[in-house]
Amino acid sequence: MLLCWLLFIPFIGGLACWATSRGRDNAGLARVIAFLSMAAVFVPAVVVWFTGDFSLSGDPSVAPAWQYEIAADWISRFGIEFHLALDGLSLVMVMLASVLGMLSVVASASTVKSRVGVFHANLLWTLGGVIGIFLAIDLFLYFFFWELMLIPMYFLIALWGHEENDRSTNTAAAVKFFIYTQTSGLAMLAAIIGLVFVHYDQTGVLTFDYNQLLTTDTSGAFGMVLMLGFFLAFAVKLPAVPFHGWLADTQANAPTSGAVDLSGILVKTAAYGLLRFALPLFPEASANFAPVAMTLGLISIYYGAVMAFAQNDIKRLISYSSISHMGFALVGLYAGTMLALQGVVLQVLASAVSTAALFILAGQLYERMGTRDMRALGGLFGRLGALPGFSLVFVVASLGMPATGNFLGEFLILFGAFATHPWFVVIAAGGMILAAVYALYMMHRVYWGTPDAGGTIANMRAREYTMMMALVLITLILGLFPNTVLHVTQTVTHDISSWFAAGVIAAAQAS
Amino acid sequence: MNDTWFQILGALPPLLVALSVIGLFVTLCIARHERLVYAMTVGGLNLALVATIALIPLGPVAVTPLYIVDFYTLFFWGVILVATLACAAFAVPYLSGFDDRREEFYILLATSALGAMSLVAARHFGSLFVGLEALSIPLYGMIAYTFRTRASLEAGFKYLILSGVASAFLLFGMALLYGATGSLAFTDLIPPGGYDADAGPWMLMGIGMMLVALTFKLSLVPFHVWTPDVYEGAPAPVATFLATVSKTAVFALLLRLFVSAPITDNAWLLTLVGVLAFASMLVGNLLALRQDNLKRLLGYSSIAHLGYLLTTLVAGASLSIEAVAVYLATYVGTSLGAFGVVSLVSSPFAGKDAAHIDHFRGLYYKRPVLAVSMAIMMLSLAGIPLTMGFIGKFYILSVTMASGLWWLTAGVIVGSGIALFYYLRVMAVLFMDRPAHAREPQRSGTGDNWAQTVIWLLAAATILMGVYPAPLIDLAAVAGITLGS
Repeated sequence: MLLCWLLFIPFIGGLACWATSRGRDNAGLARVIAFLSMAAVFVPAVVVWFTGDFSLSGDPSVAPAWQYEIAADWISRFGIEFHLALDGLSLVMVMLASVLGMLSVVASASTVKSRVGVFHANLLWTLGGVIGIFLAIDLFLYFFFWELMLIPMYFLIALWGHEENDRSTNTAAAVKFFIYTQTSGLAMLAAIIGLVFVHYDQTGVLTFDYNQLLTTDTSGAFGMVLMLGFFLAFAVKLPAVPFHGWLADTQANAPTSGAVDLSGILVKTAAYGLLRFALPLFPEASANFAPVAMTLGLISIYYGAVMAFAQNDIKRLISYSSISHMGFALVGLYAGTMLALQGVVLQVLASAVSTAALFILAGQLYERMGTRDMRALGGLFGRLGALPGFSLVFVVASLGMPATGNFLGEFLILFGAFATHPWFVVIAAGGMILAAVYALYMMHRVYWGTPDAGGTIANMRAREYTMMMALVLITLILGLFPNTVLHVTQTVTHDISSWFAAGVIAAAQAS
Repeated sequence: MNDTWFQILGALPPLLVALSVIGLFVTLCIARHERLVYAMTVGGLNLALVATIALIPLGPVAVTPLYIVDFYTLFFWGVILVATLACAAFAVPYLSGFDDRREEFYILLATSALGAMSLVAARHFGSLFVGLEALSIPLYGMIAYTFRTRASLEAGFKYLILSGVASAFLLFGMALLYGATGSLAFTDLIPPGGYDADAGPWMLMGIGMMLVALTFKLSLVPFHVWTPDVYEGAPAPVATFLATVSKTAVFALLLRLFVSAPITDNAWLLTLVGVLAFASMLVGNLLALRQDNLKRLLGYSSIAHLGYLLTTLVAGASLSIEAVAVYLATYVGTSLGAFGVVSLVSSPFAGKDAAHIDHFRGLYYKRPVLAVSMAIMMLSLAGIPLTMGFIGKFYILSVTMASGLWWLTAGVIVGSGIALFYYLRVMAVLFMDRPAHAREPQRSGTGDNWAQTVIWLLAAATILMGVYPAPLIDLAAVAGITLGS
């Protein structure tokens, strides 16, 4: 029941928002509905957070331990079920999605003025698709949601994209985004089908159920090919270099709240997918592939940082910095120790929050200054109320300052990976220096320097102030009390790391 | 009930269509009345549809050595009849501005559908040829029906000439096969050395020539050149018919030929089909990229879709027939919707560019139902989840993956990636701001509402089947089993 509630509330809320746009556009009502829908997802998730039992149960389990599970027949011909389940990892991700969803609604209040009802419908459907991704454990259903969230996202970018551009630039960006993700998604679909048939050959059971597919023997070259199918889809979405071509264009053209979605959630679905599917389903192939994936991670760290440094558009800078952050996640994922995986979870959450905050701030800055070009800005500290202060907080969070979640994430990743891959860690650590360079450089160009004139341009509204304070709070909680999160996800990461370790041993024996 | 009556019962749906055609002729001799003619056509087709559904419990009936009415036949009869009904619904508003005799169109339509039904049930070269010609000859008339526009006439001639050449190939191929085996029934096409022996060069040439003719009808690469011109020139409802009924019937026949004729179990032949499929997917999608005319765009995209379908012939997996049934059903439903919107929006007899993409710009703000339906159809053609096109794409990928045809899987993925570009372009145009000088989409009074309802129903079905495809899959599975055995 709970799972259906979490999944369907956004879709139903979306329909309601759309209904408000029939006839005369009732903007306020649509915003309230959208916000309440996301709150209706958030509150039960928090309840589960406090009441659920996430303690570590000694031995690594063979099958995942789900807190809640629900299954119903869907397409029995292929053994496809409508199968949802929730464990610590999904719970954390769903909470992230709902928090960022509420933020998106609030952040778009001043920027989205046309067709408000339809905008929020698309927003909620995107979020519904994302929540579906985090809850689905039937691989067909998972893929269904994976693709489903693209459609409303496409409309968000194409129809409510960045106002400065004309419509065709936004459409081009939306199409680019769609083609990248959909084509790589089809490769994943092919890999899913391949995996299902391998399982069918081995057991005679045709099923898309994650729990059952986990037992499939995926060693050998065929397993490698299937794993690459999954990896391709996730690497595009992450994005890892060289599959990053869509991100900066898309985010620069997305509406403010749409950009929040993209960076905060869509990108995180890939990290979630790697953690939930690619590693557990193909432990041996993943172990063999780890050096390549970690190298891609390293390249992403450095490439993202260097490219971020070279940008003039604030939003593009943030996009590239998120590529750099995800490079760390990739390194941690394929290191595969429990500590590193816990670090990945934390890093994903923290960078989602800090990146989202920076995007929202960039949107507010644009709203006040009419430009996002850093060459035209400067000397704004003290002239925009609390905005530069908040920017400073999230800039230092983004560069991994202790007391923020980002620091702990990166630290745990590097610490956890050092035992198995010391050289990768040494190189990756250098990336943190570059992060400081581009982040402070941005701060410097936008807010410091000589002001053109004195006086305040515009203060922050109460709504914006509250929103930012909430994000600061989350960042600090993640940084100072990481156990609140790590405690919830420990069972999952423990299981995955032990499966992965078995894969590493098998791979070593095979070679 | 004795055997003859049993056979007549089995052949009831096409007989009903044939009766309605004869009835139409007689009526036209007495009085011209468009409403009546339309009602008779639709009535006959609907009766045939009811009869088709009623025949489901009957089991396979062999109607003379020429035809077999099994569940596979019934499935595709159903698809053909539904598609023909939709075409008729689109034809009414389209032809309402045509200031010449409109009644004959429905006779041609029903006759052509009769040919298609005969083709689907054929298990013998005789019935194959009769069916194919009965399908094609009325089409010449339909394509050139609005003969005062040059493009329509030109398209009619193009189709006539190339179709004639294809028929010649078909007959020659049949003659070669008859020479080698002494039989015209599909199941008797056994290589001279027995089931497992290699087919000799003559037999291969024979089946190859038949393949040429059929791939021409399916407009697969390299026999696709006529497609965009004919689609563009033909009246939109006729293009709809060409893209749906004609393709379905010919492909259903091709599949039956490949499943039942032992000679087609030949590695060389299957590789050739695979290459055709691969080329069609890529060429169709690549050529569609630069099209500004929606009819041409849909024409090229249909080439690609038939390419995806053709992979199932190569795969020969147990799932193949089912996959074809599902894919064709979804493709027909989607194409009907897309062409239906085109034929309602492209105002007839107002110049050649009525289907130009600019004409659709901002359609959402003028006719939201049509625009949303069109967007759904585009998503379905692109194979995005939530639409039934995705179920079809899922089947195709399943079949190629199950048979380990990696290169065809890659072809499907790359082809779909390219296709997204132009489908999304159409979709984006629908929601853009309307240019000031745009021509208003016309609303011709008669039949417009009903045609719009049909499109709306198709869109609803697209979503419904995409979310809950189990009924369609079950039907297709039964169709697959009866043909496979």
